[in-house]
Amino acid sequence: MTRYEPVIGLEVHVELQTASKIFCHSSTAFGGDPNNHVCPVCLGLPGTLPVLNRNVVEAAIMVGLSLNCSVARFCKFDRKHYFYPDLPKNYQISQYDLPIAYDGYLDVEDEDGQPVRIGITRVHMEEDAGKLLHQGTIATTPYSLVDYNRTGVPLLEIVSEPDMRSPQEARAYLDKLKTIIQYTGVSDCRMEEGSLRCDANVSVRVRGSDTFGTKTEIKNMNSFRALQKAVQYEIERQIECLETGERIVQETRTWDETRGVTLSMRSKEEAHDYRYFPEPDLVPIVISPLWIEEITQQLPELPDARCCRYMDAYKLPAYDAGVLTSSKELGNYFEECVSLYPQPKTVSNWLMGELLRLLNDTNSEIGEARVRPAQLAGMLALIDKGTISGKLAKEVFEEMFRTGKDAQAVVKEKGLEQISDEASINAVIEQVIADHPGPVSDYRAGKERALGFMVGQVMKLTRGKANPGLVNRLLKDRLG
Amino acid sequence: MEICELTAHKLHNLLTSKEIRAEEVCLAVFKRINQVEDKVKAYLSLVREEALEKARAVDRKIDRGEAISPLAGIPVALKDNLCTKGLKTTCASKILYNFVPPYNATVVDKLRQEDAVITGKTNMDEFAMGSSTENSAFQKTCNPWSLDCVPGGSSGGSAAAVAAGEAICALGSDTGGSIRQPAAFCGVVGMKPTYGTVSRYGLVAFASSLDQIGPFARDVTDCALMLNAISGHDSMDSTSVPTELPDYRNALVEDIDGFRIGVPAEYFAAGLDDRVRRVIEEAITVLEQRGARVEETTLPHTEYALSTYYIIAPAEASSNLARYDGVRYGYRVEEAEDVVDMFSRTRSRGFGAEVKRRVMLGTYALSAGYYDAYYLKALKVRTLIRRDFERAFEKFDFLISPTTPSTAFRFGEKVDDPLTMYLSDVFTLAVNLAGLPGVSIPAGFVDGMPVGLQLIGKPFSESTLLRAAYTFEQSTAHHLKRPPLTGEVK
Ligand SMILES: [Zn+2]
Repeated sequence: MTRYEPVIGLEVHVELQTASKIFCHSSTAFGGDPNNHVCPVCLGLPGTLPVLNRNVVEAAIMVGLSLNCSVARFCKFDRKHYFYPDLPKNYQISQYDLPIAYDGYLDVEDEDGQPVRIGITRVHMEEDAGKLLHQGTIATTPYSLVDYNRTGVPLLEIVSEPDMRSPQEARAYLDKLKTIIQYTGVSDCRMEEGSLRCDANVSVRVRGSDTFGTKTEIKNMNSFRALQKAVQYEIERQIECLETGERIVQETRTWDETRGVTLSMRSKEEAHDYRYFPEPDLVPIVISPLWIEEITQQLPELPDARCCRYMDAYKLPAYDAGVLTSSKELGNYFEECVSLYPQPKTVSNWLMGELLRLLNDTNSEIGEARVRPAQLAGMLALIDKGTISGKLAKEVFEEMFRTGKDAQAVVKEKGLEQISDEASINAVIEQVIADHPGPVSDYRAGKERALGFMVGQVMKLTRGKANPGLVNRLLKDRLG
Repeated sequence: MEICELTAHKLHNLLTSKEIRAEEVCLAVFKRINQVEDKVKAYLSLVREEALEKARAVDRKIDRGEAISPLAGIPVALKDNLCTKGLKTTCASKILYNFVPPYNATVVDKLRQEDAVITGKTNMDEFAMGSSTENSAFQKTCNPWSLDCVPGGSSGGSAAAVAAGEAICALGSDTGGSIRQPAAFCGVVGMKPTYGTVSRYGLVAFASSLDQIGPFARDVTDCALMLNAISGHDSMDSTSVPTELPDYRNALVEDIDGFRIGVPAEYFAAGLDDRVRRVIEEAITVLEQRGARVEETTLPHTEYALSTYYIIAPAEASSNLARYDGVRYGYRVEEAEDVVDMFSRTRSRGFGAEVKRRVMLGTYALSAGYYDAYYLKALKVRTLIRRDFERAFEKFDFLISPTTPSTAFRFGEKVDDPLTMYLSDVFTLAVNLAGLPGVSIPAGFVDGMPVGLQLIGKPFSESTLLRAAYTFEQSTAHHLKRPPLTGEVK
């Protein structure tokens, strides 16, 4: 790797969550029986005409602005031609030479935590295609069926500059892009459901060279992990080609997840001449400065700004602020909790420690969590009041996470209330002293460590419910 | 004159004065269809029962004393590239031989709202590509003035139906002259409105930036009534104009005193039949006698209109016609190796020669390496052609010219020589390239065959054109002649 430098650029497609499709009134709802979310327009029936959904333009402008792009004052749609049965008109309405937004960037961190700025070449609007259903594989199926439900669902294509230099950077870029778009609320960016798709352009060159090597385009990466692995594989494959003197072919390659390799797709795919020309059925889009200003006003606080605010207003360490703002929902969760329990670092610890761990263990997302911010705040208050110990609180929280019950109810049900009554604790202390004469004399002989053992024994006998601070003090009093 | 030979406005008066019933009008038209359709062959499909039912509904409205719209009970024919819900819409192509749209074109809905009586769908050149209707995959339509001549095209069926009394009015589409040229050949009024005046929703696209739907009628008044019915903004067509349009009946004023009319010299150059020229010169004299000031002018880029048109129209057509692949509707070959093979066999067999020629031309013009030299260049010339007109309109209220260089030609005369055929539209193409309104009106006859006078206006000046056309019509009697329906049927 050291002699060579990878050069990576990403082409990302994001499905927009508008209620209706880009050029007709059909629903964009995911799923549904095949060919149920269709109409004559998105089926491209003879004589039908597209009419642009204004919400798509607003979403595109919003994404453009949040990626620091210039927004075009004037743009248009073009037809991109290729014959494929999932494309009802055999052309896709897309944008060619005048995209809606261009020349942007976003900032990520490289492996060493150093900031890297990744250029964004362009953002453009286009319509999605349908889906072919085969019996078995495409090669052996006796016939294929077509589902046009996705046809005409609005897409944004976001093309980066070839500014990434490692698979980790590529992944960081995609993570950041996803976060930003989720913040704008125009897409849920679920790679598994196909509302976020990513192709990678990969080449390698001798470090220090100022020209690019021959690139390949990698398709079919269905997760963030897959992107990183596929790009890693492709870099290594290309380096090996260079080392052994083999020619790198400019081609499209598909990522085979099970085998962990990229494979050449038919080179016929490369012979495409899309014969772009301006879509005559749509009028050009004129975007006034006023319209851009209106959308700028609607723009939500974006992750970078929110992260700074967390460090500034809540005095959180950069790491905490970064994690908490990495998803809009997590940030919202945090802020709601802090508004009820104004100790940001404590809340942050609980979210980054317990909540994220439990979400990860159950493979679920913050939006699905049954325990709500107010409940977490309530539990933290119980700790402060001394009703439960910090240690038991984890058990309480896990139960709250599982059931969605309030902390108070869990504590009651499980009998986890902290024992802070001196007489009860003293009774246990007496028993521990009687049972462990050795450590008692050790302590009295000056071995401080023996006290820890004694505290542990008290906690054990009270099943963790004794107030640890109180136990400590009472033991010292008794033995001292 | 027989009922089926009357105008819509005359019939409307007879209907409202209860001198005639809509059912009678409808029956008279279908009777004429029965008598002459085997000679004219204007229609690809007829809907007699639905038409009669609609006519009776209009009669009931009249009986109840309700006001009826100007086109209520008027039999209207539709070119077969206008989508009709539940009624086959073939574009005279094998590839759409069985296509039944689940929706109406906006113009069809509008006519239905006016209670017009739809008679059926008329023959045309396949996908509106042609100038003689000989490119229909199904039949040849004959010119009612001489059955051995073509009716013009591509809207030949609609023009012939109106001329022959097989409909009172009709709709066609005009991409490079497809309404005006057959109107001239068949001796009727035919108008191509300004691009954007009439919604294209449901018009099966040939060349989207040039296509416009327009009326055929027996006189200018009917033309205005039809235009009133079909024009106006449509939210389903982004290219339809959002502005309020006038009531075109107000344009039916017999007065052109002081109008400045330009006569473009390029439209009277070589290729124009001398006898047609004389008819047009007589027409100019009539206009002058009515007080118009007629002067020669120039449209210098006229000579490039034909080649510009034959880059832009095929380019758009190659794209618009890509959807006919046999996957979802229409014709599909039975036997195919795989999907690519199915596409190519379906399209090879489903499209006729002229359509394939233009798809090839258009594909070539848009291909990498040729785009700049052909398509982009053509767009630039298109702008120059538009500017020619703008300059002329600084001085003139409208322009006049012959609609076609000659009268209707005989079957087979030009069909084997595409370039000669293309030249029959040489006076009409530029109007589409510039998006202007144009109307062809009966101006006289040469050897018993009609000659059309073309009026070309500024964008959205249909009222001016109708007013001038109406004045001319009131000063002449050409529009009152009806065809003999004779000649040798080939
Ligand atoms: Zn739809």
